[in-house]
Amino acid sequence: MSERHPVLTMTAISKIFPGVRALDGVDLRLFPGEVHALMGENGAGKSTLIKVLTGVYGTDSGTITLDGDEVSFSGPMQATAAGVSTVYQEVNLLPNLSVAENIYIGREPRRLGAVNWREMRRRAQELLARIDLHIDVSELLGNYSLAVQQMVAIARAVDIRARVLILDEPTSSLDADEVAQLMRIMRQLRDDGIAIIFVTHFLDQVYAIADRITVLRNGRLVGEYLTSELPQIALVEKMIGKELDALERLDEATSGGDRATLEQGTPLVAADGLGRSGSVAPFSLTIHQGEVVGLAGLLGSGRTEVARLFFGADRADAGRLAVDGAPVAIRNPVAAIDRDIAFCSENRRTEGLVGELSVRENIILAMQAARGWLRPVPRRRQDELVQHWIKALSIRPADPEMPVRNLSGGNQQKVLLARWLITEPRLLILDEPTRGIDIGAKTEIQRLVAQLSDGGMAVLFISAELEEVLRLSHKVAVMRDRQLVTELTNDDSLDAARVMQVIASGSSQEGSVPA
Amino acid sequence: MTTTPLAARPGRAWWRVPPRHVPVLATAALLLVMYSIGVAQYQAFSNIQVVFNVFIDNGFLLVVAVGMTFVILTGGIDLSVGSVVAMTAMVSASLLGNGLHPALVLVIALLLGPILGFAMGCVIHFFDIQPFIVTLAGMFFARGVCTWISTTSIPITDGFWTSAAQHRIHLGENFVSVGALIAVAVVAVAAAVLAYTRLGRNVYAIGGNQQSALLMGLPVGRTKIAVYTISGLCSAIGGILLSFYTLSGAPLIAVGMELDVIAAVVIGGTLLTGGSGYVFGTLLGVLVLSIIQTLITFDGTLNSWWTKIVIGGLLFVFILLQRLVGIRTK
Repeated sequence: MSERHPVLTMTAISKIFPGVRALDGVDLRLFPGEVHALMGENGAGKSTLIKVLTGVYGTDSGTITLDGDEVSFSGPMQATAAGVSTVYQEVNLLPNLSVAENIYIGREPRRLGAVNWREMRRRAQELLARIDLHIDVSELLGNYSLAVQQMVAIARAVDIRARVLILDEPTSSLDADEVAQLMRIMRQLRDDGIAIIFVTHFLDQVYAIADRITVLRNGRLVGEYLTSELPQIALVEKMIGKELDALERLDEATSGGDRATLEQGTPLVAADGLGRSGSVAPFSLTIHQGEVVGLAGLLGSGRTEVARLFFGADRADAGRLAVDGAPVAIRNPVAAIDRDIAFCSENRRTEGLVGELSVRENIILAMQAARGWLRPVPRRRQDELVQHWIKALSIRPADPEMPVRNLSGGNQQKVLLARWLITEPRLLILDEPTRGIDIGAKTEIQRLVAQLSDGGMAVLFISAELEEVLRLSHKVAVMRDRQLVTELTNDDSLDAARVMQVIASGSSQEGSVPA
Repeated sequence: MTTTPLAARPGRAWWRVPPRHVPVLATAALLLVMYSIGVAQYQAFSNIQVVFNVFIDNGFLLVVAVGMTFVILTGGIDLSVGSVVAMTAMVSASLLGNGLHPALVLVIALLLGPILGFAMGCVIHFFDIQPFIVTLAGMFFARGVCTWISTTSIPITDGFWTSAAQHRIHLGENFVSVGALIAVAVVAVAAAVLAYTRLGRNVYAIGGNQQSALLMGLPVGRTKIAVYTISGLCSAIGGILLSFYTLSGAPLIAVGMELDVIAAVVIGGTLLTGGSGYVFGTLLGVLVLSIIQTLITFDGTLNSWWTKIVIGGLLFVFILLQRLVGIRTK
């Protein structure tokens, strides 16, 4: 091991933002032909470290060497040219251009100065064939799934003769098959001698593929470990820096709700044959006061669509919806908010938060909207509320005037939650509230959900992680191919394997509750 | 290996026309329909010279629309084009009146537009200001220059200009003007640039997603500045063609032309949000506008404002069409 030379070393990197020391003397070394996982909670400094590496940010101190030469990139463009390519979670390609062009734009094969389209398509086809992706390269990229787009992004990065490939949460939006496909490509690239930095929150994936792990916490380096020598539980401890008993405490918290008593009385919200053609097949689902209903299913199975129907974000074209037993037509989100329904979208950046506004303004937004703009919330009251929720949800940094876009993903999620919680909804719809956030924040959010339901709030909880759904929910509705296939009561007999089976086969032999 | 679900081709409609081609095809169909109506209604309409006249009368509009296509493809807008056309014509007329050599006048006139475009592009890029407001400033500026040169129309009597204006290039029994040929040449060059050069492809890239283009290492700033410079150049060429056509420079000519041009580009199928469209579509868009004009002229009883009414209606239809195609592909 010591004979090999690292392709990339970052030494004593520090980066200070106004009021925050984002990185403090962090080291990272990367060997050719390894997958190196970069782990840490939200706000630990992973993104900042990568942005420093690729030249998006300058460093305040510290050095970066690539192949022994000290480098300092002025931006992603220069980094890419030097062989350091990044593939982001949100695919940064051009949906309006063809697949082939997305791979070669900026480096198009040319003949007599003109772009040689035929050659470009041929090369693209070859390149994608190498990673076992057989698609029509002249089709627009935007017509393919996110997973394919991501693989095209990787193909592009690799073709630029990348020696260092940074994958920033590439698997967050992929389903299990797609993840397997991606991992296979990663292994192939690793065997070709490319050094891969893999940023993810999925521990299983880290253990499936990473050779080495660097852990960051609060902008500091915790350490560098060989994956084989670091048990999962130890990794989690290093990431959050405290004994991990939070999850166990959570289990006690959720056991409080007794399903039988919950089922009594009129359901808070009842969908009867509710559906929207082309979006989700008619389904029936009831949610009682204090009940957590989990919505499980693969990506694209219609989970979000169900939530959007409840919230009036999409208009149903079939069936009825009743709130407190009385039929209502929820035609738009305002109508839903009027009936105390709140919806935390899965795309917190594009559909939820206003990045330029401060934490305080974002939190107040929904409450202000509910009151109407003619009755502004007094500033004193705003400050009180915001202080309370920043503390209750431990939003970091605890600065109400910080623009939301400067917060890490987990903290943004908490801001979004706080916004809806101050409106005191009776039904809270959470769409992937824990996606892309670290285990600490995840635990906090799960605990919060449990507390809220104990307090009588009904929650529709959507998540791709079955364990999470099972831990929190009183009953689980399973979605498959845009249909609600069954409802499962979450008693002791229900486990992830059973739910998985339903998702896979679309039926359950026993234990299903008639809808 | 479970490559099948990933490799599956995206769904295609039965007609198998890629959605990105629908707007252009719709414009082509519309053009065909309108031309057929013309031919059916008026005997003289079937004369091929009618088509050539469209190019002769609207060559300058076509050239300016080509420049605008570049700008709109990046997701921008250039409101200065009409004023730059007028300014170019005014400057030419004024310099020619002062006895300057026509070749020199041509060079100066063709430089002014691109210089203004370059300056606006720099402001838009370096200060990150909306193109709308920057080119609005450019519009006022260029129009101001026109009236500063002269508040009245200046006739052009220069030999080169008059011969360029009056020379007829015969094609069989019919003829076209020098201006019409230049306009067609500009279309051809622009189409080639957009389809086969890096600059052209980068224009589409920026319109697709500027942030991504930046992260992919494409020269976003350079391309944006280039696009406004190209639009300025096209406006300058358009101004020269207009001065060929009218043999004068008038301070208030081509007022509101930028809106006609934008309408032509949009009717030609280019998305106002950028990233999708073709110069060929713009050509069709200009032809549609011109044919409407011609039809109304042939009718003789209709007020010429009917042109505007029809264009307004068409714009609505095409914007809706684009929206629907956009939703379909989602």
